[in-house]
Amino acid sequence: MSTIKKIQEEIVDEFAMFDDWMQRYEYMIELGKSLPIIDEQYKTEENIIKGCQSKVWVHANMEDDKVVFTADSDAVITKGIIAILIRVFSNQSPKAILEADTDFIDEIGLKEHLSPTRANGLVSMIKQLKMYALAYQTKVE
Amino acid sequence: MKISTMNIEKIRVDFPILSRKVNGHPLVYFDNAATSQTPSTVINAIVDYYQKYNANIHRGVHTLSQEATEAYEEARETIRAHFNAKKKEEIIFTSGTTHGINLVANGFASEIKKGEEILVSALEHHSNIVPWQMLCQKTGAKLRVIPMTEEGELDMNTFYDLLSEKTKLVFLNHVSNALGTINPIEEIIQKAHQKNAAVLIDGAQAAPHIQADVQQLDVDFYVVSAHKMCGPTGVGILYGKEEWLNKLPPYQGGGEMIDQVSFEKTTYAGLPHKFEAGTPNICGGIAFGKAIDYLHEIGFDTIAEYEHELLTYATEKLLEIEGMKIFGTSVKKTAVISFNIEGMHPYDIGTIVDKLGIAVRTGHHCAQPIMDYYKIPGTVRASFSFYNTKSEIDSFVKAVKRAKIMLS
Repeated sequence: MSTIKKIQEEIVDEFAMFDDWMQRYEYMIELGKSLPIIDEQYKTEENIIKGCQSKVWVHANMEDDKVVFTADSDAVITKGIIAILIRVFSNQSPKAILEADTDFIDEIGLKEHLSPTRANGLVSMIKQLKMYALAYQTKVE
Repeated sequence: MKISTMNIEKIRVDFPILSRKVNGHPLVYFDNAATSQTPSTVINAIVDYYQKYNANIHRGVHTLSQEATEAYEEARETIRAHFNAKKKEEIIFTSGTTHGINLVANGFASEIKKGEEILVSALEHHSNIVPWQMLCQKTGAKLRVIPMTEEGELDMNTFYDLLSEKTKLVFLNHVSNALGTINPIEEIIQKAHQKNAAVLIDGAQAAPHIQADVQQLDVDFYVVSAHKMCGPTGVGILYGKEEWLNKLPPYQGGGEMIDQVSFEKTTYAGLPHKFEAGTPNICGGIAFGKAIDYLHEIGFDTIAEYEHELLTYATEKLLEIEGMKIFGTSVKKTAVISFNIEGMHPYDIGTIVDKLGIAVRTGHHCAQPIMDYYKIPGTVRASFSFYNTKSEIDSFVKAVKRAKIMLS
């Protein structure tokens, strides 16, 4: 099993402990608050992904053969989901990132946040993560 | 009108959607400024049309076509009477407010010259600013903005300064969608006319709460959408003074709007058909008429009074929450509360209250200039209608409090 798949399963197991949406959201809010996910210098206009409602910043760089992502948002629930996505996608090889899906989000009951109509910037964020992975993969080859 | 005398329970039964549940909770619908819900009488009119007399209008000699034409024109008459237009021909069916605004903006290309000016208010829906920017690009005219104050009102002194002989058109909303402010359009229309400027009022937000009398206002153009007035989406009207509508060129070419066509020359049909190219939203127009009838059954005075009661109640309850800041504090406003809680993003609050069955709008409400003025990313906006209740407001306040606990 790929590392990404394994991390995703861990997250699904963690969320399975919660009885209801409130506990899930409280956990996500905790994740959102606790993580220092991006260096302030990268919160630039250039790194911003505009959703209609909450902003998302993404920064990527290559360390050895892995892509390291950092990100942030001005909304804490969005930030919580970012924390989950970073845990899954960061420190992985470009190839693994490109091959991975995000179906686990559905399993942990947060599907609505990745709906293209949600306007929170997350769908574009995932696209952006994959774009970075693609760019680094092309560079490596 | 007190709640007890308005028979709110009976009214709520008229709206089937109000009995549904969302995320396991009874729906509390407080996004009425985005779109209103639809009463059974309007839903039935839509069903009735498709089941009994669906046909194209104004042409057919057959019975169905005649019935449909009659119903559609009857709706036009209902709408005329509601807005007290002088003539039925002054009511142009559109696809909604945006269509009406574009129709006027397009027509004004031949009325405005380089160096002349269009005044718009800072309280606009930002998409409504675009047609005027396009018109200015096309003609070389200049767009000037009437600024707003901290209370969310128009800065009238600056309006007087901006208004001049160069002003050809003034465009503003009757009621601000983001803040609910009721603008002093009577005064603006009067002052604009003294300088021979025409006035177009976006009545989309006002129409469900205030019955505008276009003759009394002496307004040149007034546009609304049916879907904010308990009618269906995709239909609205443009009211225009006959002399203006005769002067403006057609907006779109097509069927319905022509008189004679040859490859050399086409002559246009008279009003209102000149502006109604193609097969219109027949069913929507008919249903719009029914929605207006329904609102009159309840009564606009009753609606205004009851909604004001809801607004006062909700404002008091929300202000009890620590860190609450309400944007748009004009004394003249419709039942809209735009707010933030200190240190919290409106998107987060909206997400959590939705989980509790409450529909509110979060974000910039397509009024980015207003949000820029207050230097905020957006607000949570609760907008009430006559079918809402104080007990729904209680559920809402409770949900906001819960969101606050979760987010702090």
